[in-house]
Order: sequence, then C-alpha cells, then structure tokens
Amino acid sequence: MSVTYIDAIHQALDELLAEAPDVFLLGEDIAGTFGGAFKATKGLDAKYPGRVLNAPIAEDAIAGVGMGAALGGMKPIVEMQFADFGTLALNQAGNNAGAHFYRTGIPVNITFRMPCGGTPGGGPYHSQSLEALFAHYPGLHVFTPATVADAYYMLKQAAQIPDPVIFLEHKFLYRWLKADTWLDPNPLPIGQARIARPGQHATVVAFSAMVPEALRAAEELAATSGYELEVVDLRSVKPLDIDTILDSVARTARLLVVSEDFPYGGVAAEVVAQVTAQGFHLLDAPPLRLSAHDTPIPAHPELWKAHRPGAAAIADAARYLITL
Amino acid sequence: MNGIDLQEAARRAYHAMVMARAFDTKISALYKAGKIFGGVFLGRGHEAIGACEAVFLKRGEDVYNPFIREQAGRCAWGDSVLDSAQSYLGSASGRMRGRDSNVHWGYPEHGNPVPISHLGAMVSVVAGMMLAKRFKGETGRVGVACIGDGTTSVGATHEAVNLIAVEKLPVVIVVTNNQFAYSTPNSQEFAASLMDRGWGYGLACHECDGTDFMETLQTMQRAIAAARAGKGPQWVVANTLRMCGHGEHDDAAYIPAELKQAYADRDPLAVARRQMLEAGWLTEEEAATWDDECRDEVQRLVAQAQRESAPDPSTEDWRATAWNPGY
Repeated sequence: MSVTYIDAIHQALDELLAEAPDVFLLGEDIAGTFGGAFKATKGLDAKYPGRVLNAPIAEDAIAGVGMGAALGGMKPIVEMQFADFGTLALNQAGNNAGAHFYRTGIPVNITFRMPCGGTPGGGPYHSQSLEALFAHYPGLHVFTPATVADAYYMLKQAAQIPDPVIFLEHKFLYRWLKADTWLDPNPLPIGQARIARPGQHATVVAFSAMVPEALRAAEELAATSGYELEVVDLRSVKPLDIDTILDSVARTARLLVVSEDFPYGGVAAEVVAQVTAQGFHLLDAPPLRLSAHDTPIPAHPELWKAHRPGAAAIADAARYLITL
Repeated sequence: MNGIDLQEAARRAYHAMVMARAFDTKISALYKAGKIFGGVFLGRGHEAIGACEAVFLKRGEDVYNPFIREQAGRCAWGDSVLDSAQSYLGSASGRMRGRDSNVHWGYPEHGNPVPISHLGAMVSVVAGMMLAKRFKGETGRVGVACIGDGTTSVGATHEAVNLIAVEKLPVVIVVTNNQFAYSTPNSQEFAASLMDRGWGYGLACHECDGTDFMETLQTMQRAIAAARAGKGPQWVVANTLRMCGHGEHDDAAYIPAELKQAYADRDPLAVARRQMLEAGWLTEEEAATWDDECRDEVQRLVAQAQRESAPDPSTEDWRATAWNPGY
C-alpha cells in the first residue's frame, strides 16, 4: 500500500482538527461533500462539523478573516484554491499578518495552504510558483515540501508555529509522488535543508517539484557521465538553510540552483547571492541558476515542459557546470 | 438599553469628544512646530460619530476598529490619549515603540486591532475576530468596523462586508461620509448612494446626521443593540463634513467655500454641548470644567510622551517573526 503527497496533507489536516480545538479551516469549496478543488479536505466537514468553512470567492477577506481569528486566539488554516490567486491575498498576508509581529509584538498564527506549481495544461493562472513573492515580505515563513513525509510533518508543524506560514503544496506532486508511508522515524526540523542525494562533483539546490527532477537528472548524469551530483532539498525557502548549502558547496566547489519560479529576483537568485557573498572562496566556477522562462506559463503541455526546468535541462546545466 | 443609561452614555460620549478635540488641537500645534514624524490626521467633524459608536462597546469584550479620524472613539472606548501621543511622538514606551506611528496603534488583546494604511483591510480582520468569538462560544459581543466614504470603493471592503453578511456575523459597519476621500468628492467615488450599497449586501441599514449628537447617539445605540441581540450585521451611514485637511499638511482648498459655510454652525462639539445643556444632562459649570480638565490632561500626557526616550537603533530587535529556528 502506498500513500500520496495529498494523502499526507489530508492526514495532517485531519489530525490537526482532531488534536487542537482552536484549529479551523477556511477556503473556497472546501466544505460539504465536495472537499476542495483537490480533495485535500474531503470528508473533514462531516467529521468536524462547523470547523470547515466555505468562504465566498474573496481571497483578501479569507486571509483577513483568518488573521482576525488568529488575533482572537484561533489557529486558522486558510486555503487559497491556487497559489496564483494568493496574489489577491498578498496585502493581508504581507502587509497585515506578516508585519504584525514586528509592529506589535503579537504574532499571527495563521497557515496559508496554497496549491502551487505547474501541471500540463494548467496555463498562466493555475501554475505559478510564487515563493519569492511571499518570501520578500518580512514576517512570513515559506515552506515548500518535496516529499510525502515533509508534506505531512511540515503542515502539522506549520499550524503550531505562531507566525504566518505560507505552505506551498505542489500540484504536480499531489498524486504523482508516492511513498510507503507519510511517517518518518527521524523527521528533520523545519529550517534545515536535506541532502536528498550525496555527490561530490556539483551541488544542485532545489525545492518542491524540482527536487524529483534534480534527482532524475543526477541518476541520468551518473549513468551517462559518471558525475555525482549532490542534491540539496531546501524544504523551506524562508527560513533558508544557507549553512547546509555552504557545507555542500565546500565539498563540491560548484553550484547549480534549480527553481520552477520566474528568474527575476527569484529563489535561485537569492541562493546564488547568499552563496556568493558568504562562500565565494569555495567556488571553482561561477554559480549557475536554472529557472523557468521569464514569460507567463504556457498552457500547451509541449510548451509547458519547455518552460520549466526538467531533468534533461538540469542534467545539461550540471554537465556544463562541471566541465567549465 | 442593556442596562446602560442613555444619559450616562451621552455624558461619557461628550466627555470623549472634548478630550479628543483637546488632543487634536494639541497634536496639530506640535505638527506645525515640526515636532511630529510623518503625518497628523485630525477628527474635526467626526467626533460625535466616533464617540457615539464606541460608547456602546465594552473594551475587552467587544471588538472596535477605529479609523483614521476616530480619536473621540478611542477615548470613548477607554484608551488613554497617552497612547495616541506616544504613537505620534515615537516614544519607545508606547504601544508601537516607534515601529509604527500616528493612528496605527491598538491593543488587539483588548479587541482593538492595529490598522494598516491599506483602506478596507481591517474590515475582514474584525470579521475574523468575531468569528473567533463565535468559535469560543462568546455570545452577545459586537464588532464595530469603521470605514469612510472612499473606503467603500475598495475591493477589500466589498469582499469583507459580503462575507460578514453571508456569515451573519454581529458586526456593525460604520461608514462615515465626510464627503471627501482625501481630495476626491463623493461624485467621483461612487454612483450609487451609500445606503444602496448597504442594502445591496443584504444588511440592515441606518443613516444619521453625524453632526447631530443626539441623533447619532440614538442611531448607534439602535444598530449596536440589534447586532448584539443577534439580528445580524448592520450598516450605518453617518454623514458629516471633514472640517480640516486630510492631514495637517493639507489645507483642503478643494472643499468649496459654500460647503464649508454650510457646516459653519454644525461643529459636532458645539452641537453636542448645546443638546446636552438643553436636555439637562450637563450643566454649564460641568462643561467648562470638562474643557479645562481635558486640556490639562492632554497637556500633561503629551508632555510625558515628549519626555520619554526615542527607540534606540543599536538595541532594536530586528526580527520579524516570533519563531526563529535554530538548528
């Protein structure tokens, strides 16, 4: 029997509702028998009556209500149906909830679940990876789980963290990513990156759905050229575990950062900037970025596959970096 | 009226108005003397509305989100003008410790969330605070969200008021129509009437002359009592004229002289005083004493805030989150 990434999220939500009476869910289409656009909340309304609330199509108000409820002592988990629509809640998330702790000393315990990332046919407005947009605001934590276990553990912890957390669930991983169980005997703490694959020839930093792509690229490169890539899974974009990245770069002396988001001011740019500033002396070659194209995300599957980094493009970039 | 004597409410409301006017006068003088960082925003013309909405609320039990010109409401709610002075003057001892300023202060733990500059953003926060009370089984509570005529044009306001109506939350939305959103007149903000907007959400609607103290008092009493009694969200349009600039940097030259003239004898302080004396709810001696006492208290508390230390950048804690993982 195997479980999927979305099973892990459903399980985490179920347990959070069971364990903490101050947790409730708010979002569009999440209640009733429907259970959400991706079924992440299927059955939870019936199991926890009155604690899974449908909202009007009003992302700003959903986020603001969540913030108010958190100030009132609740632990809301709000859902943006797609991370793309999270831009409509950006003011409440960044300027209101995110700014609140520094301004007042009172943290806002709210979790924003946002299904993110590309899928074939998703198109410009149901595909975006907006980690950098949220991470730009002070006061927000941005989590990007890439494994079934992280989807489960990081969501359970997100709700207990007193600050606003942007929890970005990759839609491509929802049913594609499987594991025997969501349980991990030694889960890593949030804030610590994970060495997803050890290697000595180059460090490939990735997060979310780029982690399995980077792992496939590493297998391919090992098989074809004998190069061993070290793949670092960031797990959380903010906090960013720069220590684990620098440790890896100290071993490999080469850095490739892969991200599905747009290139300008993206997560990869931030990682490269920090490594260059703190570990310039460790590098034997210029640090490279591999991000999506600087265009809206195309709908047609053939265009979409060429728009974002895939295993083949990552392998090509890594081979280039190693042979520089 | 839920055990509160209307005369007593009127006296507390009028006292808050006198205190607020004394504070506004003082802080305006300090602004003109160059003692204030950033803008200063007065409540001239708004005092009756603020005082009358807040006087029916209980600090620590209800929720109150004052708007930019609600100093009288803050006084009636029960907060000291010391907080306002500390906020304007950037005192390290104040609620915001120099991290924010002017009207951006509050005590969320007492039901008074801290506003942000983005208009309409706090309406859904009030809704969320009332939703939390519903989850916790706290009944008989009311939330008052204050907005202005211009804020009714903001998308966030529409989203929030609609959600409040759908969830039937005990929220009173007070729309102060002072006829100008900064420099923009009503005619360039909306084509419908503000009352039509309220009806459009399916809310119970009320309207009053916000310069008429007694009318405003009774309207707020009715609306807040209805929400408290479980009769659903309420929409109150209170009409007035902003009798000052948007901020003290603004001479409001765009307000036509004839409009200003039409409100020359409608200063809410003067109207309230006259009505209180006529009702026999206040004596001339008390009114004169309150004027002096409020000016003295404002002087004392503003001077205290001026003496307090400014924030120290060298010891400032620059962390923006409460949770900071160490690994």
